[in-house]
Amino acid sequence: MEYMMFVATDPEAEPYDPREDNIAEWVRDVDARGIHVRGDRLRPVEDATTVRMRGGELLVTDGPFTESKEWIGGYDIIDCADLDEAIEVASKHPMARFGRIELRPAWPLEL
Amino acid sequence: MAAGALTDPGEADAARVDSDQALAAAYESEWGRIVATLIRITGDWSLAEDCVQDAFELAIGRWPREGVPRNPGAWLTTVAKNRALDRRRRSTSEASKLREVAIMQELESWGTESPDDGIEDDRLRLIFTCCHPALTLEARVALTLRTVAGLTTPEIARAFLVPETTMAQRLLRAKRKISNAGIPYRVPPDHVLAERLSGVLAVLYVLFTEGYSASSGERLLRNGLATEAIRVARALVQLMPDEPEVLGLLALMLLQNSRRDARIGADGELLTIDEQDRSLWDRSAIAEGTAMLELARIRGEAGAYQLQAAIAACHAAAATRDATDYARIATLYDRLALAHPSPVVALNRAIARGMSAGPAVGLEQVNLVAESKALDGFYLVPAAQADFLRRLGRMEEAANRYREAISLVSSDPERRYLERRLREVGH
Repeated sequence: MEYMMFVATDPEAEPYDPREDNIAEWVRDVDARGIHVRGDRLRPVEDATTVRMRGGELLVTDGPFTESKEWIGGYDIIDCADLDEAIEVASKHPMARFGRIELRPAWPLEL
Repeated sequence: MAAGALTDPGEADAARVDSDQALAAAYESEWGRIVATLIRITGDWSLAEDCVQDAFELAIGRWPREGVPRNPGAWLTTVAKNRALDRRRRSTSEASKLREVAIMQELESWGTESPDDGIEDDRLRLIFTCCHPALTLEARVALTLRTVAGLTTPEIARAFLVPETTMAQRLLRAKRKISNAGIPYRVPPDHVLAERLSGVLAVLYVLFTEGYSASSGERLLRNGLATEAIRVARALVQLMPDEPEVLGLLALMLLQNSRRDARIGADGELLTIDEQDRSLWDRSAIAEGTAMLELARIRGEAGAYQLQAAIAACHAAAATRDATDYARIATLYDRLALAHPSPVVALNRAIARGMSAGPAVGLEQVNLVAESKALDGFYLVPAAQADFLRRLGRMEEAANRYREAISLVSSDPERRYLERRLREVGH
């Protein structure tokens, strides 16, 4: 099953400590296990652009679609046997400690 | 049975009693097993529940007239399996043909192999899946009652005082999440087993306390939940006989529940252990709980449930309040506070110290807990201070503390207890 990992910040998490950031190790591990489909960091919300079509008219605005204290800082798509494996993978990501991770199962669109 | 025997009203009654007993026994032992295996084979929770429900309904209609089958479990399995085969045949679902063929084959061969083939494993899978941490606690509790214990949705709704549609929605959402989010149907592997097992035990204990500490109005209705929690815990003990904390939890529930009939007074007020009529304590529950505790002790290091069960056993073993071994209870709380520190454990430990070493020590210990501020707003803190002050004869201060406790308490029986104490200290 494919899961999207939304890697988010969390004001209540322990403060980010670059010395404890083992993201390279995490990526190596999931790549070696053949779980990782792809993933990256995302530029901060200041660089976000929101796009809407309203009444046939294109509306482009600066910024994210919701303002909040937490934001999504990265994503990973992982292909796991089940939710338990996805939880295990997510729990080892450094941002599980310094932020939080939301796991969303992909919902294949059968066309 | 002679021909025409069922026209004799006495014989007909006897047949009904037999079948009622057989049905009750089958519900206990077969519901969870059959549902668990059907879910493993089909992956379809609703189908599994419906088919087993159908099988039991057919039995309710037939067994009193036609007699109880020689092997009720096999009878129910066959009916449920045939229902499932029918339903799968009729709904050529969206699932791939190949998978459908595999499901049909496995369904058809179910029950033809060795009788107990993997069925115990299925029940464990079911319990662990119902208690998966990715479901809300409410959903875990409801799903356990529905699929493991076999309660109907309206029964669960009544027990939790919510409308039937709300409970039906809650169950449906939980089953959808299991399927959509890929929650696996299995006993977790060793490296997460301990953690997940403690999650299962927590669900059972929530279920138990929901029933045990229900407030007066709903008491009779909700006591059933405590009984169900004990029933599932017994099944878990059978399935995981070497896990000390499973035994510890069952022991704790049995020992607490043994005082069920003694804890509420004639006017619906809560009676403390000291005030209870000990002849109302359920001796057979105490004996079974004590035996379970002994088994837990033999099997391993004392966990939180085992320690709490040991404390409950100290109370259960005492013929009178004065015969209670409060020194041992205080030691057990010391161990509990060390291994599983929490503000509530700290308070209980302070109270136990007072019971063992006298009210002056008790007051001093409870005051330390109060100063930590961790339990601010919790009525038991001023209530405990008041009790020790009363024993020290400091009635004026005691009355003030009782008043503070009354202003914080939310349950009716407990409020009445405090008001009675307030009157006793002359206010």
